[in-house]
Amino acid sequence: MVLLQRPHILLLLIDTHQFLQCWIAFGSANEEGQQQEEFSEELLVKPLPDHKLLAHFHFQSSAPPSTSNGCHHHLFPKAISQLVQKFRVKEMELSFTQGRWNYESWGGFDPISSSNAKPPGVELWAVFDVPQHHIDASWKNLTHTLSGLFCASINFLESTATYSTPEWSFPPASGNVRYGTLPCEAVCTENLTPWLKLLPCRDKAAIALLLDRPSLYRGFYHSQRLHLTSTESSSEGIDSGIILEQTLTVVLQPNSERAIEVHASEKHVQPSWSLSSIFGKQVSGRCVLAKSSSVYLLLDRGLVAELKFPNKENGKSAANGLTSENFWSNPSFELSVNPDRIFLEESSSHSKSLSILYMFQVEKYSESEPFDIGLMWKVPVAWLCQQTPLHASRFFMGSGNERGAIAISLKSTQFTEGFMSANSKDGSCELRVDVFQVVPWYVKVYFHSLRVFVDQQPRAVSDFIEKIHVSPSKDKMSPGVMEVVLKLPCRVNTAALTIEFDKGFLRIDEYPPDANQGFDIPSAIISFPNFHASMVFLEDDSLNRSPLLSKFQEKCPVMSYTEVLLVPLTTPDFSMPYNVITIKCTVFALYFGSLLNVLQRRVAEEERFLKAKAAKKTGRLPLLLSKLSAKLRGSGINQD
Amino acid sequence: MEKVKKKIGSFSFWNWVTASIIFRLILIYFPKNLNLSSRPEVSTPLTSFRRLAEGYWLKQSFMSPYAGSMYHGSPLLLSLLGPLTINRIEGQPNHLLYSLVSVIADVVSAMLIRATGQNLRLAYLRSLESLDLVKQIEVSEFLFSGDIAALIYLCNPFTIVACVGLSTSPIENMAVILCLYGACSRLIPLAAFGWVIATHLSLYSAILIIPVIFLLGCGPDSPPRKLFLQRHQQKEVLNQSKLPPRFSWGPVIHFAFWAFLWSVYVLVLCGISLKQFGGLWEMFKSTYGFILTVEDLSPNIGVLWYFFAEVFEFFRNFFLIVFHVNILFMILPLAIRLRHRPCYLAFVYVAICSMLKSYPSVGDSALYLGLLGWFVNELADMQFSLFLFCGYVGVSLLSPVMHNLWIWRGTGNANFYFATAMVYACLQIVLVVEGVSAMLNHDRKLRNLITGKPQDAKS
Repeated sequence: MVLLQRPHILLLLIDTHQFLQCWIAFGSANEEGQQQEEFSEELLVKPLPDHKLLAHFHFQSSAPPSTSNGCHHHLFPKAISQLVQKFRVKEMELSFTQGRWNYESWGGFDPISSSNAKPPGVELWAVFDVPQHHIDASWKNLTHTLSGLFCASINFLESTATYSTPEWSFPPASGNVRYGTLPCEAVCTENLTPWLKLLPCRDKAAIALLLDRPSLYRGFYHSQRLHLTSTESSSEGIDSGIILEQTLTVVLQPNSERAIEVHASEKHVQPSWSLSSIFGKQVSGRCVLAKSSSVYLLLDRGLVAELKFPNKENGKSAANGLTSENFWSNPSFELSVNPDRIFLEESSSHSKSLSILYMFQVEKYSESEPFDIGLMWKVPVAWLCQQTPLHASRFFMGSGNERGAIAISLKSTQFTEGFMSANSKDGSCELRVDVFQVVPWYVKVYFHSLRVFVDQQPRAVSDFIEKIHVSPSKDKMSPGVMEVVLKLPCRVNTAALTIEFDKGFLRIDEYPPDANQGFDIPSAIISFPNFHASMVFLEDDSLNRSPLLSKFQEKCPVMSYTEVLLVPLTTPDFSMPYNVITIKCTVFALYFGSLLNVLQRRVAEEERFLKAKAAKKTGRLPLLLSKLSAKLRGSGINQD
Repeated sequence: MEKVKKKIGSFSFWNWVTASIIFRLILIYFPKNLNLSSRPEVSTPLTSFRRLAEGYWLKQSFMSPYAGSMYHGSPLLLSLLGPLTINRIEGQPNHLLYSLVSVIADVVSAMLIRATGQNLRLAYLRSLESLDLVKQIEVSEFLFSGDIAALIYLCNPFTIVACVGLSTSPIENMAVILCLYGACSRLIPLAAFGWVIATHLSLYSAILIIPVIFLLGCGPDSPPRKLFLQRHQQKEVLNQSKLPPRFSWGPVIHFAFWAFLWSVYVLVLCGISLKQFGGLWEMFKSTYGFILTVEDLSPNIGVLWYFFAEVFEFFRNFFLIVFHVNILFMILPLAIRLRHRPCYLAFVYVAICSMLKSYPSVGDSALYLGLLGWFVNELADMQFSLFLFCGYVGVSLLSPVMHNLWIWRGTGNANFYFATAMVYACLQIVLVVEGVSAMLNHDRKLRNLITGKPQDAKS
């Protein structure tokens, strides 16, 4: 009995020892103060020119390096930290999107659109901190883990035919990137629920309370994103541990039923809205675990220019003083709640006017006094969002199911015109465009057929393509990847890239159940590395900066995604396998049998058979004699 | 009399040759070559011009030409023909130089076919003379099989389409014909060169080594040796000089030596051109491996694509083996029965290969139909020749229609096109079987003439 108990006691001792260690580590982390796990939640609301409203939820959790607090987290989701530790993920982004970001009317030149406008379906990329030959294995494991974590078919990305290795055109440029998309993945609430489970307060308090499923999925665009950065290997000076950034971007139509009524009469008046009218809920109380929870209202540059704030010239004093009434009691609109702070953008290089950000702190409100911000428009306003330098779209050319061509067309927008006029002094103004295109293997692209059209004139490829990297597709093995750097003159009106392809033919079991629906070609990524979308707001306390605003300040290159293309492929007859096998084998038997028959037929035998027939009438003896003589003669010849 | 006939014959022969060349040139000047280069009948994954251009582009941009699954041809073709895919002359059709190379290859093939045919005809006449059958078989009515074969090859729509459609099959066919020509005229290095290049370009030509060995060992086609012995036994004198020579190993060993030399040479050249791109193993994997595993399932005039698109995955390897062994199975029986007629054996092998190969095109059919012309005298009694002719015409008209219905209009379905492919395969089977049977019957007829059997009235 004593002997049996002893190991238990030992184990208990070890356990307590470990627990103590953890506890000590945790305590020390607490003492340091800055090394704590943090969580903050923010919501940004922005009116869009086409009577719609953009709501951008931003939740950020961060965990200190795992060495400092041992084995457990009290805020950071454990699933994510385990995932990071196990697969040694350096950086990862996963997005689930439904709908298409409308670059023309919702803009493409601001931090929200260039990092949150995502291609339809699932997009996943990850950078690993493992040796080169282990990356593919890590990627496979990661896709399976994420697939289980988010109830999505991300595990389809494990086969080498679906993911690719961008060399340099994809923003986190390094050789350890893997990139994969599932354009046809349907996104719905079963993907949102596990995503919300990663938040410490789930959707039970504060801003996350607004995430009402029916109103979210009624929107025009819906993209939920998960971005994580880890700096486990503290090669750089700053060791920030893991930062998990969860964003949800929705484009909604405020009180759509009323908009239809007023459609005829007041066409240009923007619909008035409040949080309760668009989400059907109000923000009541705060999530006690959150470090900060705030709501922002962003009026972008174009809108601010239209509104003509009376004292725009003394904006700096307003930002400092925070008392200027002019900013919320404007003749053209009215805010239902007074903002706590107002930020003005620092002067930007690309635009004359500056955007304004109103900040509301949710902490002040309670259950009894819920927070609900509303915006009431008084006069019609029309403005344009700042667009990408070139508007990219992609389409198919050709008909039939044998071959075709993919065209990526770039059209200049009002931005380029401004940019051109600004830079017209020096004649050699060039616009750099990076194109990253992945095509599945069954679209067999002929890279030698790449053509460039500039201003609708066919031009020599080498004149405009500065750099090209191609990895051709291998049947059932890897997709085709094309990375092109285009150098276009700033004066360009239109530019187009065309590339021809043959449609492949698959085996019957490689077709999906809805084979005649067609196959999706993932979006191409068009990025403009010379342009950076960033919004720097004047702030007095740079220490206590909100994660969302610091995110805005990061210089991220402007990029846009093209449409997903649907390519119909020819189908064989799915009901035919047995017929084909039997018919084909019959023909082979016919060939084999008849040729062998011809080859082994001996006319001498037939002659003998004929003779035997004749001999039946004459009698047996002559037949035997003739047989004998024939045999003798035959052997005689053979001897010679 | 014969001289005059020959003169007239050769005069009209050259007329026809020029006419066919001019016809090709006219077709080349049509815009986009009438889109023939993307027809599934003309360009298979192995012979397609666009894939050649893609391979050349990849090589020019310092990548392996076999990097994607686009190019599956030889690296030598890439070095020789590749530059022609991008060279353009202002104001001329895009691929004029490449088309001219195809036309020249066709004309050279036709000339070689003609020379070989004349060779065969002389050998046949000589053997008839030594059998004393010149009077019984009206030799003066013999057609000039060489001219006929060359004209069939040149004027065959299949050849013209393959030539204008910029496929590489004219060059593959030329290598095969070069091999047979060299073996017939006992130019052993040339025969070995042709065989090595033909095997290098398309794997299936490897089995032509058997007819070539017979050709070198015993000379061109003649009636069976037994007949000569029988004849001389009847005459009670054994004139050794009039007998066909026995099998001699000397030229065969010579051939083996040259074949070895050429193949080492070709492999070294390939190795040099692929040195930085994975070497020879990569080449074998994506040329011969691609042929043997039938990876590309795009429709062609063969029957394997639909079969492997439909068959269950776990039977795939089994059927791959079955279909390829089917070609090998027939080699031995045919070699035994037709060993005295090596050229005819070569024709049968070429026909069987073009019927059973994984990516057949009309260029392959053009080759064996051209070779068939050599044997017009021997195969005069062939059955079903009208049926076969009508069948070929019908299939070549219906097959594009069915393809159009299925692929372009979407009103038909894959079975329609597959049905024409099946009919085409059946036609080729009938041609081969009837051809072999007619040739064996011809030998029987000769024997009966010698032994004076009464059956000659029947046959």
